[in-house]
Amino acid sequence: MSSVSRGFRGRRRDVGGEEGRVPPGQYVTQDFPVLSAGPTPHTPHDQWSFSVEGAITPRTWTWEEFRSLPSETVTADIHCVTRWSKLDTVWEGVSLDTLLGQADRGGMFVMAHCDGGYTTNLPAQDVLGGQAWVAFGYGGQPLPPEHGGPARLLVPHLYFWKSAKWVRRLLLLDHDMPGFWETYGYHNYGDPWREQRYSGD
Amino acid sequence: MDALDGNAIAGLLHNVFSSEMTTATGTCATCGSASVVGELMVYLQAPGTVVRCPVCGNIMMVFVRRKGMTCVDLTGLAHMAA
Amino acid sequence: MARAAVQRRLTWQLATVDAVTDETPRVRTLTVGVPGWPGHQAGQHLDIRLTAEDGYQAEREYSVASAPGEPVAITVERLDDGEVSPYLTQELQAGDEIEVRGPVGGYFVWRPEDGGPLLLIAGGSGIVPLRAMLRHRQQTGSTVPTRLIYSARTRQDVIYSAELMELQQGDGVDVVLTLTREQPPGWDGHTGRVDAELLRELAWPAGQDPLAYVCGPTAFAEAVSATLVGLGYPPQRVRIERFGGTGGP
Ligand SMILES: Cc1cc2nc3c(=O)[nH]c(=O)nc-3n(C[C@H](O)[C@H](O)[C@H](O)COP(=O)(O)OP(=O)(O)OC[C@H]3O[C@@H](n4cnc5c(N)ncnc54)[C@H](O)[C@@H]3O)c2cc1C
Ligand SMILES: [Zn+2]
Repeated sequence: MSSVSRGFRGRRRDVGGEEGRVPPGQYVTQDFPVLSAGPTPHTPHDQWSFSVEGAITPRTWTWEEFRSLPSETVTADIHCVTRWSKLDTVWEGVSLDTLLGQADRGGMFVMAHCDGGYTTNLPAQDVLGGQAWVAFGYGGQPLPPEHGGPARLLVPHLYFWKSAKWVRRLLLLDHDMPGFWETYGYHNYGDPWREQRYSGD
Repeated sequence: MDALDGNAIAGLLHNVFSSEMTTATGTCATCGSASVVGELMVYLQAPGTVVRCPVCGNIMMVFVRRKGMTCVDLTGLAHMAA
Repeated sequence: MARAAVQRRLTWQLATVDAVTDETPRVRTLTVGVPGWPGHQAGQHLDIRLTAEDGYQAEREYSVASAPGEPVAITVERLDDGEVSPYLTQELQAGDEIEVRGPVGGYFVWRPEDGGPLLLIAGGSGIVPLRAMLRHRQQTGSTVPTRLIYSARTRQDVIYSAELMELQQGDGVDVVLTLTREQPPGWDGHTGRVDAELLRELAWPAGQDPLAYVCGPTAFAEAVSATLVGLGYPPQRVRIERFGGTGGP
């Protein structure tokens, strides 16, 4: 048993009057904490490419090709499993509907692969229909490397570890497989509203 | 946040291995380099604690804490000697 | 090293804050009474765990500031946007209780028999474990030639200032300050970062087989240790402890 430390509250652990917008167990932060499990890759645009593979017609885009795809401005609330939420973040990115195409992907899964070796898994249903982007801009600026630039996945309706930084490749699979944190007991799906932090939650 | 080093997880390691480990030598399963644990690269600011080889950067150890239990993955560690 | 203490189970202990001492406007020393403290070595640290009413917990590491045998003390620098350091430096009072676990660490430790010449290089609060080493050196009557290079932002940010000046005068320890941000009028000491030029002038020549301890913010510790290696110090004679953060003092 641990004893309460008199007067300790932790970092501004309130929802800032945003009840209803903040999932259970989360607090609102104004800054943008940097979480990383390894050194920050700095991939120059001329060495960067983005691919889709697996159970899909394989395709690779260079940076220029990727940037000439139609993109959207997305305003979203993001929720990190380490308990901070950040509201009204503004991103620019290419919808996964554009990258994966219109075919029916029911029952399929996506494994995102990143520079630095990070992976995370998502049901294909969750990244289609205007729910996910490969984001290259943040707050009107190019996405900085520490936040995942040149480009990261953005899947705001799931915990933010699913929004993989430095994403380079999406592998379409007909079966599910755990990604990096999912292997270590983090929840396979990660819905912040159902507080699915760890497997079994 | 930049990497810390093995000193920062002396307490965590002591808890897991029941002895002081920062002076032990860990051998990387990827590149075979032997490094003093105090010199390994440690990333704490993540959903778990990730420990990397200072020579090749590959993961040597991962620790995830959940409700008082620590899940430990040492598959990136070929060998550890006091 | 004695193996006896090694197989010790490490548990969280409820410690009492016995005294608080302000070192600088941003830095405070807490002297804590830890029941059953097994004794520590110079350079070791302890872990602190804070628990909020709702069960939320935060853990951080703090170097032991005192020499072996002295009452356990830690010295904490307040980071304004920090979670734990503002609590430790502003909220906590003598008589309060906190949970601690330790001492831990064995790599960033100096014992008199490790010898020297000793080169201690600190950035900001990185002085804390090095101060424990300096006190231990003095306490044991060691005559190991010792030089401290300490980088702080301003004169006001120098922790343990009076104590370091005394060491400089009486004890065969060279203390070199460098002020990176702002210097008082008439300052004739060093200014600017601990870079190759400064180290070429002040570090013991590699030929004397010096032993270096470098401690401070991560970027500082990495830059300084890389420079020392560039000056011919074998990497295994340069021990580093990174405190985190991206800034430098
Ligand atoms: C082995 C070890 C020994 C340590 N010993 C001491 C000590 O003796 N005295 C001491 O004051 N601190 C020491 N530290 C640092 C301490 O553990 C905390 O990281 C520090 O007090 C910040 O905690 P926080 O909760 O206030 O800040 P956090 O809420 O963790 O961080 C707030 C912000 O400050 C940045 N930051 C985090 N740490 C630092 C840093 N060290 N310098 C600059 N920016 C930072 C973060 O990136 C973040 O943006 C030690 C760290 C280690 C690993
Ligand atoms: Zn390796």
